[in-house]
Amino acid sequence: MTRADAVAQVAAALRDDALVVACNGMIGRELYTRADAPTRFYMIGSMGLASSIGLGVALVQPSRTVVVFDGDGNVLMNLGGLANVAAARPGNFHHVVFDNAAHGSTGNQRTISDRVQLEEIARAAGYRRTSRVGDAEELAVALRSWFDAPGPSMLLVAVDRQQVAGISRVEPSPAAIAARFRAACTR
Amino acid sequence: MGKQFLDLLQRHGYDFFTGVPCSLLEGVTRILDAEPRYGYVSAVREDAALGLAAGAYLGGRQPVVLMQNSGLGVSVNAIVSLHHIYDIPALIVVSWRGQDGQDAPEHLIMGRVTAPFLRLLEIPFEVFDAAAIDQQLESLTATMRRTGRPVALVVPKGALDR
Repeated sequence: MTRADAVAQVAAALRDDALVVACNGMIGRELYTRADAPTRFYMIGSMGLASSIGLGVALVQPSRTVVVFDGDGNVLMNLGGLANVAAARPGNFHHVVFDNAAHGSTGNQRTISDRVQLEEIARAAGYRRTSRVGDAEELAVALRSWFDAPGPSMLLVAVDRQQVAGISRVEPSPAAIAARFRAACTR
Repeated sequence: MGKQFLDLLQRHGYDFFTGVPCSLLEGVTRILDAEPRYGYVSAVREDAALGLAAGAYLGGRQPVVLMQNSGLGVSVNAIVSLHHIYDIPALIVVSWRGQDGQDAPEHLIMGRVTAPFLRLLEIPFEVFDAAAIDQQLESLTATMRRTGRPVALVVPKGALDR
């Protein structure tokens, strides 16, 4: 399963009013290219912090579903962020990690997530639900009800390293993305 | 002074609190830890606190991030590649360990460079003055709202310890 297809498949399973914080690198770019919406925040720098940003949104917007689209490199860079999520225990927070055990946007250099199971770290930290899926069918089964049950949850989606053609950069300016997302959060 | 300071922050529109503690800010964090109404999130690290603050801002709040000046070091990327470029305002309340070279060895260099470091990172700041703190917050908050970017209040020893 390509990461771009997995990203699009998860995005398609979300309700229109769900708020998404996407990590930097290819995951945010693929979400932007395949399923842009005002309810998406694309973090283009500050690697590692998507889960912390998503937690902040989830805590102040408790009636909204907040989904963080993250990568293995990002999660590894801010493992403490998982502890912050688990300790705060927001029921509206969902963490979807697209794991290819590589840093996709810098040339697919290896991470260490082939030897370290990120969803097990999340479970040990105190996430309410965690699961790992490895192909489009397993993902489809998980997505039928994943976002209906309370979080914090982590759904780890194992994806391959293939880079899909036709993925653009996130085009709006960072300030425009922030203003648009804030309006979508507070309307 | 901690309670008065928190009241002032709320009066100036701040309504989300996160950070990593410092003994010089104990007068504030003791109250934040004890009173759930502030919704204080004890962050694992200073850059995670800035990420939390960014999320809270995007969700409609006006955040305050408390930290020791040692935390400025790990905060650099969050400040320049998140808050600054996305125009995400926050008040960073940063203690000034190592001021005047009188402190434990690990604080001396950061204490010496705290002010130039904030200037380098393009963060407008004031040094806490108990006699003028209301006006200082007024001015910092006005700058923060005008620029849409973080500002800092640098807190020397003795200002908010209790």
